Amino acid sequence: MRFGVVRFPGSCDEVDALLACERVPGASAQLLWHGDRDLHGVEAVVVPGGFSYGDYLRVGAIARFSPVMESVIRFSKEGGLVLGICNGFQVLCEAGLLPGALLPNVGLRFVCRQVNVEIARATMPFTADMADGEILSIPVKHTSGRYYAPPEQLTSMQAGGQIVMKYAHDGNPNGSSNDIAGVCNEAGNVFGLMPHPEHAVDPLTGSEDGLKIFTSMAHAHG
Amino acid sequence: MPTVDQAVALGLTADEFGLIVEKIGREPNGVELAVFSLMWSEHCAYKHSKKLLRALPTEGPRLALGPGENAGAVDVGDGWVIAFKVESHNHPSAVEPFQGAATGVGGILRDIFAIGARPIAVLDSLRFGEPSSPRSRYLLEHAVGGIGHYGNSIGVPTIGGEVYFEGPYEQNCLVNAMALGLARGEALMRSAATGIGNVLVLFGASTGRDGIGGASVLASAELGAADADKRPTVQVGDPFAEKKVMECSLELLERGLLVALQDLGAAGLSSSSAEMASKGEVGLDIDVGLVALREAGMEPWEIMVSESQERMLCVVEPSQLDEVLAICEKWEVNGDAIGSVTDTRALRVFVGDELVADMPVPALVDDCPLYDLVVQAPAAGLYPAPARMLEHDVSDPGVTLLALLASPNIASRLALFQQYDWLVQSRTVRRPEQADAAVLALPQSPRGIAISIDGSGRRVACDPYTGAIEAVLECTANLACAGAEPLGLTNCLNFGNPEKPHIAWQLTEAIRGLGDACRAFDVPVVGGNVSLYNESGDGPIYPTPVVGMVGELPDVARAGRSGFARAGDSVALAGPFRPALPGSELAKLRGDELPVGLPEIDVSAVRAAQEAIRDAVRGGALSSAHDVAEGGVLVAVAESCLGGAVGAKLELGSDEDVLRALFGESPGSGFVLSGSSEALRALGERVALALLGTVGGASLDVTCGGLRIDIGLDELRAAHSSLGQLFP
Repeated sequence: MRFGVVRFPGSCDEVDALLACERVPGASAQLLWHGDRDLHGVEAVVVPGGFSYGDYLRVGAIARFSPVMESVIRFSKEGGLVLGICNGFQVLCEAGLLPGALLPNVGLRFVCRQVNVEIARATMPFTADMADGEILSIPVKHTSGRYYAPPEQLTSMQAGGQIVMKYAHDGNPNGSSNDIAGVCNEAGNVFGLMPHPEHAVDPLTGSEDGLKIFTSMAHAHG
Repeated sequence: MPTVDQAVALGLTADEFGLIVEKIGREPNGVELAVFSLMWSEHCAYKHSKKLLRALPTEGPRLALGPGENAGAVDVGDGWVIAFKVESHNHPSAVEPFQGAATGVGGILRDIFAIGARPIAVLDSLRFGEPSSPRSRYLLEHAVGGIGHYGNSIGVPTIGGEVYFEGPYEQNCLVNAMALGLARGEALMRSAATGIGNVLVLFGASTGRDGIGGASVLASAELGAADADKRPTVQVGDPFAEKKVMECSLELLERGLLVALQDLGAAGLSSSSAEMASKGEVGLDIDVGLVALREAGMEPWEIMVSESQERMLCVVEPSQLDEVLAICEKWEVNGDAIGSVTDTRALRVFVGDELVADMPVPALVDDCPLYDLVVQAPAAGLYPAPARMLEHDVSDPGVTLLALLASPNIASRLALFQQYDWLVQSRTVRRPEQADAAVLALPQSPRGIAISIDGSGRRVACDPYTGAIEAVLECTANLACAGAEPLGLTNCLNFGNPEKPHIAWQLTEAIRGLGDACRAFDVPVVGGNVSLYNESGDGPIYPTPVVGMVGELPDVARAGRSGFARAGDSVALAGPFRPALPGSELAKLRGDELPVGLPEIDVSAVRAAQEAIRDAVRGGALSSAHDVAEGGVLVAVAESCLGGAVGAKLELGSDEDVLRALFGESPGSGFVLSGSSEALRALGERVALALLGTVGGASLDVTCGGLRIDIGLDELRAAHSSLGQLFP
């Protein structure tokens, strides 16, 4: 599996995501520069966390127009696996690849803490190595992580298996609708989540539960 | 031509103005006077502290880069060095806390990458008035917000820090930021401009009218009633711009394109260029007409002294200029060749062909007069007794424990830390409140580093010499509990007006204490910062030397933890611990007067105990190690219970003075440890140690001198979480 990790000016977690991808047995990873439309033949794309272009406007609103995102959008339409983490999730929502939006946290503050998340759908490419109901310990860190979609859309997302990950144990850090932590598109090849699985890949730094998302992607790719 | 009166309005004395005339052989013009007034300000020239600072030890076996560059550095093994420095941004934060704190972080980060190290961590040291005051809550909320805004956005973790609340900081808060960077030893960069004919390139953000006179008008004078008017002297931070200029700088360095690099901080282009020229013993010609500006019509003097943030100055060989500018373009930052290195030893400023300033570099950098302080110990205490928050209730130490746990100086800081990204860059092995020191892993190595920052102004106010020693011992104790050996120290000396003899005495005594403690631990001072004139209409702040320390662990996987880990473990109190109540947190809550003097410390005995504990942690013999700090033994035990979410059943001897035994303090010299009884007994061969009881249960159950306390973990946690109320 060859992962590509997008680097915008203002990305913060791209190197951590790169290192996480490289922990997957047999996998390699490279950075994809925001101004370059060439995806260099990667087989999965990670849109990482950070503050793309400073995010002084609405989060993710500028990044979606970058040259690399044109190619990422095309790649996703062709069925390629695209993982958006935190700011990457925000960018994918802004780009219309995922439903809904990320609003400011109910507390209106940046919140950084370890949370437990529950896998709500294990039968998809990003969760194939997990079981339904499995709990992962993964950190969150964001100011705008409150997932929102209109009620009728949430109902159809629920029916369509698009709600992939939820905050568990009353630990919702941002007030998201239905405790949602991560959602996918209808096809299931684009997945966005607010928690940072790339920061949960080594017990030395707290947890390795997040690595399963990257290994799942590699296994799904075959 | 400017007059003496104008010079005085800019913060110079009449004598200093006369000296400038003498040094340049004529009256300075307006541009020159503006530059001199900043270069000769306290903030840039250290004119009241430089002589004292020479007494601090600056040599050590692991020193990689000592004072004089943008930051110091120590060798942490396997070819890696850690660059680090602490700096103040007190007065800007007192006037505009969000931007003041944010740009404090931005400034210290630039110091780190200026020497070629990638910033890997930020810690902060904050002081405010009591949180019962609306002004203190406002400053706290916005300073924390500013630190988070900048550090979180730039991808550098804020891994630790400290905050204290004391009345004397009510008007003049302290915001000190420490940053660390990682580099290969051979890649460290210097700031000396060399190579006649080389090109001077200014890159990063454009230059505007913000922060004009920040170093002289704001940072080198006492705060007063009209300080709202000084808000335009506070710079405005842009972390996105800094992120780009950081990545750009690191790429320029990685490609070996730079001869020298320097950040623009206080006094902007003036001080950065003069310092680079001074270190390289060259001259510089600068054409301010080539500087990218935010607004049209800026005067040459404004361009020279602007403190606009996120700018760097470098020296480049002419053949590599095109490549340098291309990399600036890649990172979407301004890059402009604004001048050249000359053999004139003068800083010459041009607008196109017109020469508008011509100043000898040595006059700017070396010739500012250094003053001897007039030192006089105060006849009486300088500070009023703290407001009473707790009655003298000897009969129920449980009530006292809960009051201490809930008190602002002891309560959990997680409500603040949760507002900071402490994990980006994937190195954070011990998070805030998991251990006494923050611990980071080093790349491709089993090693790690531990970092601590500390300094209790109230203790220093009681006794500047001993209080400063305690600040060092507190840091070394924190490192010992993590299993780390101290390698180097940075300090930020926050004091009042040194022209007042009693403040001069505090400063002199505190520096003497710092120096003695550093020598006793063989830890060099690698750099630091002095912030004077921290006074308001209410008087001076507590004298506050903040110490930041970096240590090394051979095996980061064995980094210590502060929380009890296993039910059934034995608990011990170790170290040459001689608790005393005067000057303690309990004394503060009871509204006691500050004592004059603190008990003398046997520093070599403390060092021996800390080394024994460090070895035990490194050997994996202990389940937890936590130093006894504010609030004494019982608070330390309660913190270890909360850290591990497990209770303990203990017997704390039968001291005739129960309160002293439970709540007395002796900073850096007492440790609450847990582990197997065999391991603790073995440690007892090297250090005084008393077994107290065992870990287990869901409450803290303590008997002492016939009294018994039994408080459930939930109740302890509720008290300890009191700061959460400040961030609803």
